[in-house]
Amino acid sequence: MSQTDGVEETVRIHIMGKEYEVPKGLTMMDAIEYSGYQLIRGVGCRGGFCGACATLYRLEDDYKLYADLACQKTVEDGMYLMQLPFTPAGRVSYDIEDIGDGGNPLLENYPEIARCVSCNTCTKACPQDLEVMDFINEAIRGNIEAVANLSFDCIQCGICAARCPAEIPHHHVAQMARRIHGKHHHPKSEHVSKRIDEIENGEFDDALEEISSLSQEVLQKRYESREIE
Amino acid sequence: MYYPGCSLKDTAIGFEESAMYASEQLGIHLKELERWNCCGTVYSLATDNLMKQVAPIRNLVHAQEEGYDTLYTLCSMCDNTEKRANRLVQNDSEKLDKINSFMDLEEDYRVEVTVRHYLELLRDELGWEKVSKPVQSPLDDLKVAPYYGCMLTRPKEIGLDDPHNPTVLDDLITSLGATPVDYPYHSECCGSYNTVENQEIVLKQAAKISEGADTAGADLLITSCPLCHYNLDTRQREYAQQNPSHKPVPILYITQLMAVAYGNPDVCRFEEHAIDPSNTIPIKTKALNKR
Repeated sequence: MSQTDGVEETVRIHIMGKEYEVPKGLTMMDAIEYSGYQLIRGVGCRGGFCGACATLYRLEDDYKLYADLACQKTVEDGMYLMQLPFTPAGRVSYDIEDIGDGGNPLLENYPEIARCVSCNTCTKACPQDLEVMDFINEAIRGNIEAVANLSFDCIQCGICAARCPAEIPHHHVAQMARRIHGKHHHPKSEHVSKRIDEIENGEFDDALEEISSLSQEVLQKRYESREIE
Repeated sequence: MYYPGCSLKDTAIGFEESAMYASEQLGIHLKELERWNCCGTVYSLATDNLMKQVAPIRNLVHAQEEGYDTLYTLCSMCDNTEKRANRLVQNDSEKLDKINSFMDLEEDYRVEVTVRHYLELLRDELGWEKVSKPVQSPLDDLKVAPYYGCMLTRPKEIGLDDPHNPTVLDDLITSLGATPVDYPYHSECCGSYNTVENQEIVLKQAAKISEGADTAGADLLITSCPLCHYNLDTRQREYAQQNPSHKPVPILYITQLMAVAYGNPDVCRFEEHAIDPSNTIPIKTKALNKR
């Protein structure tokens, strides 16, 4: 008996070159697991937020190389897919306290952004539909605020960096911009400092201890009945 | 429709702000392209690699998408790069097809956009008489060296003036009430990108050009190229530090001279210059005396 018996509609997909038949409507991630793979890397929040499940794919009779998040994109018949759990991309170490509100720290720390030829491959690859090339151009011009705003929804999946012919680590450049923007241009969040003080003063220690001692059953019940906005 | 280029948003903000001010005085509204990218910063001569033509062509597509048939530039380098890329695809439909196919945008580039430099706008569309009108502080007695550099006039297919005897900057200087000076180095290269790795070359060029202008009696020099500006301004200061007898010649952008003549030097950001022009100009103009 085949695994797909009783499933109304199936599609054929290829995972790392091997063909599998999986039910229609599954996400790429579910299809990979359905096919028997246990995901250790290349999986995270399963909700489209963490960027861990970057996946490259092609479709039959289509020359284009697509990219998306495995937990978000549903499989299509004839899809060839390969997960890209990690993209090697240089990330500069810096102390945010040492970076002032002047000059162009993005260009200084990531001089390779000047190699951009505006080919737009990064933008085409972005699963979040960000204007990646535009924010790299803003980075070259030193417009930190524009980089921070244009890259706000970046989930650091790194597909842009994997595809870039100029070998730019766009996601790291943008993260640095958002940090500088947060430090220099945004008002300080007083409530965060206050909460940190409260935590440091041990005001939540008892509550944390109580939760830690609960059984999974009770904890689950509490979680499900919690008040959320 | 106006294309600023990266330098005008970074090292040459005084160029853009003075251009905005001068344009306003002339009744010109410079509307910046909503989306644009770096032009490529230098035209690529490689005939078998079209990748470097994608950036300048993409800007022309943006102008086209936003409904404009002319793209005005201020930076000589951007002007040169955009014009030459445009000319490449005008004359070679195969390359145009390849670039369009690679870019894969909603709109192909239809080669319908013309690139024009701000100086062409002043000379050909407005005329020098109109450029003179807003002058409030005639730059009487001020002697100005026009510096064309390489990018405005060469190659001649895209140049905006005679490559050997250009006059457009001279005419601008005259229309602002100042006197253009003739000197041998108005089209000499400033050393360009050698400023990164062979600073000695640029130092020598900066010294030669500024001394040439000074010998001819110039009080200051004008350019429309941020790279020439950087080289002549910064490297000349270094040269002056090494050679105390050198008389520094301030380097102004074309629109900064306009803003001074139109009575508002405050938009020029002279404080960002390596060689402070206010030491030279105030003696000669009323506007700066008022500061």
